[in-house]
Amino acid sequence: MPTPPPTHDDVVHSESFLSSLMRRQLRLSVACAATFMIALLGMPLANYLAPGLMATRVAGFTLSWLILGVLFFPFVWIISWAFIRRSIALEEEEVQQARSGKEAR
Amino acid sequence: MTNSLPLALVGGVDPWILAFSLVTVVVTIWMGFSSRKTSKTASDFFVAGRSVSVGWNASAISGEYLSAASFMGVAGMVMSSGYDALWYPVCYACGYLFLLLFIAGPLRRFGAYTIPDFAEGRYDSPLFRKIAVCFVLFIGFFYTMPQMKGAGVTLSYIFPGMPYWVGVVVVGAVITFNVALGGMKGITLVQAFQYWAKMFAISVPVFVLMSVVGFYNGHVGANRAAGESAAPITDIQRKAMPEKAPKDEVWVAPFGPLTTKAVNAAAAALPAEQRAAYLAEHQRPYSLLYTYSLIIALVCGTAGLPHILVRFYTNPDGVAAKRTTMWVMILIGVFYVFPPVFGVIGRNLMPELYAGLGAKGTDKVVLELPTLLGAGGGVLGSVLSGITCAGAFAAFMSTFSGLLVSMTGALAHDVYGRMLRPQASQDERLLAFKVASVLVGAVAIVLGCFVEPLEINFMVGQAFAIAAASYFPLLFMSVWWRGMTMKGAAIGMLTGGLCALGAAALTNFSTLALDKGPMGKIFAGFAPLNAFWAQHPLLRILCEQPAIWTVPLAIGLMVVISKLTSDDIPGDIRMKMLVLHAPEKLGLKQEYIQEHQAGAGH
Repeated sequence: MPTPPPTHDDVVHSESFLSSLMRRQLRLSVACAATFMIALLGMPLANYLAPGLMATRVAGFTLSWLILGVLFFPFVWIISWAFIRRSIALEEEEVQQARSGKEAR
Repeated sequence: MTNSLPLALVGGVDPWILAFSLVTVVVTIWMGFSSRKTSKTASDFFVAGRSVSVGWNASAISGEYLSAASFMGVAGMVMSSGYDALWYPVCYACGYLFLLLFIAGPLRRFGAYTIPDFAEGRYDSPLFRKIAVCFVLFIGFFYTMPQMKGAGVTLSYIFPGMPYWVGVVVVGAVITFNVALGGMKGITLVQAFQYWAKMFAISVPVFVLMSVVGFYNGHVGANRAAGESAAPITDIQRKAMPEKAPKDEVWVAPFGPLTTKAVNAAAAALPAEQRAAYLAEHQRPYSLLYTYSLIIALVCGTAGLPHILVRFYTNPDGVAAKRTTMWVMILIGVFYVFPPVFGVIGRNLMPELYAGLGAKGTDKVVLELPTLLGAGGGVLGSVLSGITCAGAFAAFMSTFSGLLVSMTGALAHDVYGRMLRPQASQDERLLAFKVASVLVGAVAIVLGCFVEPLEINFMVGQAFAIAAASYFPLLFMSVWWRGMTMKGAAIGMLTGGLCALGAAALTNFSTLALDKGPMGKIFAGFAPLNAFWAQHPLLRILCEQPAIWTVPLAIGLMVVISKLTSDDIPGDIRMKMLVLHAPEKLGLKQEYIQEHQAGAGH
């Protein structure tokens, strides 16, 4: 696809476009990462502060073992699935924004 | 000698196990050779021509990622240490999320062959490329050691008379030969095939075993936790635990033998009457610290592994790169449910492995456990054991190949092609690739011979800790903070990475000094270190799991030095950031290349 010669005063090259781009992407990534980190870093803390609860038996497993050994994987798939959906939609929006900005000029 | 050695090796070999292993090796090599004709140019060797579909690429990344640590080491460590070892499979799989959230998309948009390419492109600095190349080799060699141990363990299991080092040399030589001839184009196919081979080899024996000897939950439940009068599940026929096996209540609960080792050693050095009070005060807090440091190392380390990142460039675009990561997480997540099952069942039914040393210890539980089913005289046990051995071959062969390609690429593409002889012809570059692969393979084999006493999984964790303190801060900060300068990035990455490297090496030297075999003699000079660590268990933990201080140190240094040298921020930083973050449909990458070539004049 031939690219138009760089003009450098359109929307795409503006400071505001870049910072909104980075801010929106980072916000999405940080939100997903925070969900993940709370669960991941919360597990050792739960083991530390509530050992009795985490040792509850569920069909032979301890609760702690069941969460870490089995349930954690699908939890992470859900986060990544949500992230990919949102980030592809975000890219579409960004392309729209950049194109409409160019036409308006 | 030449007559008696093969005979001694053939004695006691199970034909089924040998047949399955041989088929895996032959198929791997055949695939490497048959793809040789199609990989002609240097760029084919490096990133497989950038034309791999999402399904193939996800299988190939997973195949490359699931190493001997995942296939054998996780099971061995769950058996030896219990609950705490579960952090390894969880973080190996979940670390990919960080890669997906922060690094995969931008890096793919920026478009460079390797991390050193990215380092140079982001900071316009050939010097920084040279610094970044070092860590491909550091991390790579740390990662090849456990693969080599996996090879040694597997071969000495298949051929009971064979010394550990022979297995290391044989497998190392075969793979080196394969990589030197095939390059990465072959490897992509081979890696994808290897993932499915490993998935089959770990899941089928698990299901067959569980249907005969009892299910996963039953075998966990056969362990009595603290505060319980009896184990909740009693219909599992357990064997008597040997002296060296950890007790049920520490094995099944968090903060067990893995994370409390340093404090326990310190308590053992105290007078008997002070021990209980000392343990009560220090054991759990220090274990918590250990656990957090391990989590940071594994999660951040996954996002900084050079041989994994290079594969993101083989996706056609950024969306495909994200889809690939999603599939990788599903493929490896499903896989990682299985290895701990071997460790749990192995504890109950094959506890004699606790007494084994080196290649005869718990690291071989995946290989040996299925033979329980052959006790009645049938071939089922041998066939299943043959299948897990084939999976182990697939595991260390694929990861070792991938590492070899990355490290060889760094040497041939960066050191030779850019530093030593930039004017080299295409043929000379291909020859350099072959020579470099033989060189790297030889060093990896020598290192592999030293590490028999160390646990496979632990060594892989160390490679992750080094990646977490070097490449992860570099990639993360370079992508998201435009204030970074080359000096800041270089000093942060070097300091963090070298501290992690030094800490990992010290830990290993002191562990090897405790070995009762030949390694104990070679590393005897480090024995006093163990006495020092008995005095200072906190320092031991920070050395064994350094990520909790090296990662913040690296990021902190990057911020401080970059602020101090803020005049050096690349002039076209806004354009670089646009290329990293703007959707590829806007075509900024081509524009950037045109401008860059016009401006820089090369």
